[in-house]
Amino acid sequence: MTEEIIIAGFGGQGVLSMGKILAYSGIMQDQEVAWMPSYGPEMRGGTANVTVILSDERISSPILTKYDTAIVLNQQSMDKFESMVKPGGVLIYDPNGITHEPTRKDINIYKIEGTAIAVEQGNPKVFNMIVLGGFLKIKPIVKLENVEKGLQKSLPARHHKMIPMNIEAIQTGMNSVEVVNQL
Amino acid sequence: MAEVKLMKGNEVIAEAAIRCGCDVYYGYPITPQSEVMETLMARKPWEETGMVVLQAESEISSINMVYGAAACGKKAMTSSSSPGISLMQEGLTYLAGAELPCLVVDVVRGGPGLGTIQPAQSDYFQATKGGGHGDYHLIVLAPASVQEMNDFVGLGFDLAFKYRNPAMILADGVIGQMMEKVQLSEYKPRWTEEEIEKMSDSWALTGKKAHRSHNTITSLELDSYKQETFNHKLQAKYHAMEENEVRFEEIQCEDAEYLFAAYGSASRICQKAVQLCREQGIKVGILRPITLYPFPTKEIERLSKQVKGILTVEMSAGQMVEDVRLAAKFKIPVEHYGRFGGVIPTPEEIVEALKKQIIGA
Amino acid sequence: MSVELKDIIKEENIVYKKTPVLTDNVMHYCPGCSHGVVHKIIAEVIEEMGIQDKTIGVSPVGCSVLAYNYLDIDWAEAAHGRAPAVATGISRIHRDRYVFTYQGDGDLASIGCGEIMHACSRGENIVVIFINNAIYGMTGGQMAPTTLLGQVTATTPYGRDAKLNGFPMKLTELLAQLDGTCYVTRQSVHTPANVRKAKAAIRKAFENTRKDKGTSFVEIVGTCNSGWKMSPVDANKWMVENMFPKYQLGDIKDI
Repeated sequence: MTEEIIIAGFGGQGVLSMGKILAYSGIMQDQEVAWMPSYGPEMRGGTANVTVILSDERISSPILTKYDTAIVLNQQSMDKFESMVKPGGVLIYDPNGITHEPTRKDINIYKIEGTAIAVEQGNPKVFNMIVLGGFLKIKPIVKLENVEKGLQKSLPARHHKMIPMNIEAIQTGMNSVEVVNQL
Repeated sequence: MAEVKLMKGNEVIAEAAIRCGCDVYYGYPITPQSEVMETLMARKPWEETGMVVLQAESEISSINMVYGAAACGKKAMTSSSSPGISLMQEGLTYLAGAELPCLVVDVVRGGPGLGTIQPAQSDYFQATKGGGHGDYHLIVLAPASVQEMNDFVGLGFDLAFKYRNPAMILADGVIGQMMEKVQLSEYKPRWTEEEIEKMSDSWALTGKKAHRSHNTITSLELDSYKQETFNHKLQAKYHAMEENEVRFEEIQCEDAEYLFAAYGSASRICQKAVQLCREQGIKVGILRPITLYPFPTKEIERLSKQVKGILTVEMSAGQMVEDVRLAAKFKIPVEHYGRFGGVIPTPEEIVEALKKQIIGA
Repeated sequence: MSVELKDIIKEENIVYKKTPVLTDNVMHYCPGCSHGVVHKIIAEVIEEMGIQDKTIGVSPVGCSVLAYNYLDIDWAEAAHGRAPAVATGISRIHRDRYVFTYQGDGDLASIGCGEIMHACSRGENIVVIFINNAIYGMTGGQMAPTTLLGQVTATTPYGRDAKLNGFPMKLTELLAQLDGTCYVTRQSVHTPANVRKAKAAIRKAFENTRKDKGTSFVEIVGTCNSGWKMSPVDANKWMVENMFPKYQLGDIKDI
């Protein structure tokens, strides 16, 4: 199994940390992982994206142009990454701020109201976990128990009390994902 | 077995330095490798192993501070990125000329000039051909994974002390900024003063003792004939490195009809290109030099008798390709495909380049 | 009855003895040059303090590049201007060593201005010996940052002109402004009395290292009679008349 994922959105949406938790979850189930961020001035309030790869084999390129899954959290990222999903692959997006809906017919498209749910719950910090939940519902490549272990590894000990809240948000996300286009 | 961690390449450099018994890091901030010193400062190794960490006022000073510590027989290192490494060239030629061991990490970014902060491999010439003035080489290791960022810190110091010559880890922004699974090395204690005296009292500045004449670390020799003799000694050392220290990896070369030659992050992208090629029935392998100096010349020569053509893939306008051509002795086509200035080639581009420049040519 | 040499050279008759910290190598310095005297007093201080095995010198690029041939201690020879960085590199990992740099005006005040500023600003626990003879000696008498206005050198053949060449630099006063320096002084070695004062200053500087007080900076205004194209006697006279008004002797800072 190899899953090549791009997560893209605004800086501050928790894009990089979502990728990190996913990568740590992969390690917890003995997989090879790579986490390759965009870096530099564009990170300052602009777009942020990270490539995450989980695989049972040695990982080749951390630089990709075709992805199994794109998780898209703003319009710029939609413009850039919709075309980069492999035919038959998955696109997940949060419709908040999306002005041009995705149009491809050869991929599976899902939406998740991550922003709306997070605001509704009064906890914008768990936005990225809601989206991660949506992804894991569609592609259960890591077990929830390994995500929990991954959270323990990636969060400093003083934040461990927040883990149950994060797991809850992932479960909320799993129940909130909607099909837009299914092959 | 040591714990497996998820870490950035740059952070791993810092962690590996502490664990391998490094005595001192002197550095100056520059993107994309500032995490090295940031990680060290946060870790406070002076409280743990006694390792000293100091932010210098410039790369010129950092490398000269390294020169001072190395002159005392200590394990000294610095890290920087391309423009900073250019400033260090003076210090590096003095280190080579004074036969001092040290470790320099270069997380390369695109140039020339201030260039870009994005990844590149356009400093191959500077790293492998000397870089500063005079006839000298650095030992150059090219990691292709975060794990190798860990492994090459210890290896770099070992080789530097074995040959009393500066060693360089030539990485790039991809390897520095990427997080991967890594198994960190076990802790090795720093050398004690007694150990340093036992190993290096014949040359290091351990303090003039009654039993020996005073030691001098210098690269100056005003007598041309003596300077020539010294240069012969250096050349003999480089020859020994070429005989004994070449490291490389062959990936799917057994049945290969074509070959990619690529190092560092470019070799990772080539691995994806190999997958794509083989799905299309094109039998291609990769020769990945791990030591860029000494260069795996003999291995490329051997493979050049097996394959029909070689494509070097570099994030540069074509630098290593010259060494590959020399190794292949111009008997088969050797072409270069590169993206540069901070642009990273894609696996698909590389497949197309192989078809167009080698298979179809 | 004739007196033979061996009857005179006896332990009980010795009134002066070369310190063993000075080697027997013949110095390459020109007759009349100040370097030899300064080398000697540093060597004597090292002997008197009993720190030969704990002292590491850093020599510059310039006439004193070969200083390592003359003082019997461990030495590192630095790239041009970089001696304070090299000394920092040594001192930071050897807190119990006496590390000093020995630099001329071109090395310290021109190409190495950045390194000396920051070493002093950090208060590195080192001694800096700064030989100011207002000229580049080794390369053949070119203008230095400390060359006086009107002074003729190989690159100011009509005399230093402020409009063309800028002004002579009083780096020592600048360094005294930095919080990291504990002792900043300017001395000379042109008379026996001045040699004694200079030696006391160098001794104090090394004592400061022992006390971990920070950077001690000792400027020695010296002569370069070859570069100045004068006899040694005339050079001393010229120094007193022209250098001292600009570069006044005495302690600038002592805390």
